[in-house]
Amino acid sequence: MHFLKLILRNTLRHKLRSGLTVLGLVVAIIAFGLLRTVVDAWYAGAEGASSTRLITRNAISLVFPLPINYQERIRKVDGVSAISHASWFGGVYVSEKNFFPQFAVDAKTYFDLYPEYVIAPQEMKAFRADRKGCVIGRKLANTHGFKVGDTIPLRGTIYPGSWNFTIRAIYDGAESATDTSQFFFHWNYLNETMKKAVARRTDWIGVYVIQISDPDKAAEISDEVDAMFRNSLAETLTETEKAFQLGFVSMTEAIVIAIRIVSFVVIFIILAVMANTMAMTARERIREYATLKALGFGPCFLAGLIYGESLMIALAGAAIGIVLTFPVAAQFSEQVGTLFPVFGVSRETVYMQAAAAAAVGLAASVLPALRAARVPIVDGLRSIG
Amino acid sequence: MPIPLSYTLRNLAARKLTTLLTSGGMALVVFVFATVLMLEEGLRKTLVETGSMDNAVVTRRSAGTEVQSVIDREQAAIVENQPEVANGIDGARLASKETIVLISLVKRDSDKASNVLIRGVGQKGIELRPQVGIVEGRMFSPGSAEIIAGKSIAERYHGARVGEILRFGQREWTVVGIMDAGRTGFDSEIWGDADQLMQAFRRPVYSSVIVKLNDARGFSAFKNRIEADPRLTLEAKQENVFYAEQSKVLANFIRYLGLILSIIFSIGAIIGAMITMYASVAHRTTEIGTLRALGFRRATILLTFLIEALMLGAAGGVVGLILASFMQFFTISTMNWQSFSELAFSFTLNAAIIAKSLAFALIMGVVGGVLPAARAARLDIVDSLRAA
Repeated sequence: MHFLKLILRNTLRHKLRSGLTVLGLVVAIIAFGLLRTVVDAWYAGAEGASSTRLITRNAISLVFPLPINYQERIRKVDGVSAISHASWFGGVYVSEKNFFPQFAVDAKTYFDLYPEYVIAPQEMKAFRADRKGCVIGRKLANTHGFKVGDTIPLRGTIYPGSWNFTIRAIYDGAESATDTSQFFFHWNYLNETMKKAVARRTDWIGVYVIQISDPDKAAEISDEVDAMFRNSLAETLTETEKAFQLGFVSMTEAIVIAIRIVSFVVIFIILAVMANTMAMTARERIREYATLKALGFGPCFLAGLIYGESLMIALAGAAIGIVLTFPVAAQFSEQVGTLFPVFGVSRETVYMQAAAAAAVGLAASVLPALRAARVPIVDGLRSIG
Repeated sequence: MPIPLSYTLRNLAARKLTTLLTSGGMALVVFVFATVLMLEEGLRKTLVETGSMDNAVVTRRSAGTEVQSVIDREQAAIVENQPEVANGIDGARLASKETIVLISLVKRDSDKASNVLIRGVGQKGIELRPQVGIVEGRMFSPGSAEIIAGKSIAERYHGARVGEILRFGQREWTVVGIMDAGRTGFDSEIWGDADQLMQAFRRPVYSSVIVKLNDARGFSAFKNRIEADPRLTLEAKQENVFYAEQSKVLANFIRYLGLILSIIFSIGAIIGAMITMYASVAHRTTEIGTLRALGFRRATILLTFLIEALMLGAAGGVVGLILASFMQFFTISTMNWQSFSELAFSFTLNAAIIAKSLAFALIMGVVGGVLPAARAARLDIVDSLRAA
């Protein structure tokens, strides 16, 4: 008890220095937490993927479509319980910075495959009944203040022209990891419009979404689907939804790696600051340490004093930092809008923050503690700091 | 009379560990700051130098990228025959009707797939881009299933070296050459014969038309005529502008993320400098009193401590820059969101970045040192002499 009291008193001796160090730690811990959350957000699509869904795309690359008549052939494959499709629309709402994903989907079947998109039954009915209607996610609605009944004008980049859609439904996510920044509309409407404009672009879809009853058969079913279309004009590549999403992440992997590295740089920066604080403190008190030694306290006691003070500062910084991470992350998420559809501080991030702070606290006092433990009493007493 | 610089230097040398740790923290911040600027500069250079002022890129209106654009044969012919388009030595128009698609290729190091841009070029395609040269093998011969790969694609992807074969569009394509485009965007592309690729991909249309203008000043006349022509649904951009726009999202992302991080990180380093400088002032209270008693003014004391903080910053800045300069050996390869295809670019250091980074380091020093220096300058002579 006396030991803890001594540590506390020591910590409060230089209030300005301890205060500044804690402040530095708070900033570093928040920055570290935010960066880790950004990395998590990158993987959110893959995290939210279901193991019972497969995605079939054109084998050449995603920009190539698949013919709609594959649908019935895939449906017959053993183990396939349902099938739907989605096509990337890539429209621009007012300006490029308002990016959100838009898909033309099969209105009858698509949402049956995605039970995590929760839609009120009457809204679902209204959407199915309106050819030019659309379904949008809660986050997207909040970002732009959209309400049911509003019209969203989009400028087509892949499908030229001006498009207007009426919001018929807003979906909520069943879990916090569900992406609610998306926009869905009727593929039939897209197809009919293309029939009038560019006839050769009709009856094509982007990807098929396949529901399978047994996740363990994913590989076999994928192979069977791909084998069916081998050497055809549009060869397919089928993979699990998770692998499909991870494919996107791996394309921008360099950025994820850079953010990861940078998140550790901030820990090293704060380590330098913290180590400096502890080195100064120990240097100033070397005479006291010699006195304590002369009184019979061992080197372990001295090292304990220094480690204890360092850990106390580090944990104070970590505690404040972790608590503040949540409001800061919420604010950040609001600012970036639909850029990161899912942005939440995970439990692992909090553990990592605490672990990083503890590591900084321990590493910072290695040298000062060693010095205090080793200093001969006579030299210490003679020291003038 | 100012206090000699050697006094400040010896003070920094007396507490080596503290000086080292404080400047070390700043060096890391400067490293991050400089690296981000270098990355942004590398990206800018890669894409801006991809385009030339004299060339114009014609795409479908509001397509944004070549991949999304569609131009049918009649429209392409009209573009090619505009009066501003230059003629080659052989009298033919200096225009290349191109078809651009993305194919998914697998990386050598990670075995992961990424999108690579494949460009079908016309006869004049290479003449329009003087920066592209064949460094290995030869040019593909028109009318055959031969392709050439950009340098960074050949290095990074399976099947893209000379003699290797890529299979797509129900055909096998032999890589017959490697092109070096001087670190521009073309290094991240694969080129082949436009007509062959259109057949293979069953695309009866072009993606874009690139033309060389007689004179860059003729561009606005060319653009106006193209965009006013009721037969055309196209838009024209100067090639360098076109490529600069392709990198906008990625460049902004790097810049904003980098700047926000640098500023947040600098708070840590500034606090480090403050702690050091406050301690430095506290240790030398008696010395400061003595200096004042000797007749040095408050302003001189203030300046001396500020210089000490500046030196900490400068040391951090220099070390940070040295660390950052090693990053020039690295190349980043990532997907450009706008074109949805792989783009390789490297960290580029230039004088402006050196100046900005050093200024950033000095500012951190000043901000960290100003409060402690003010405290030193305000000390009372008698009190401080008594302090020890």
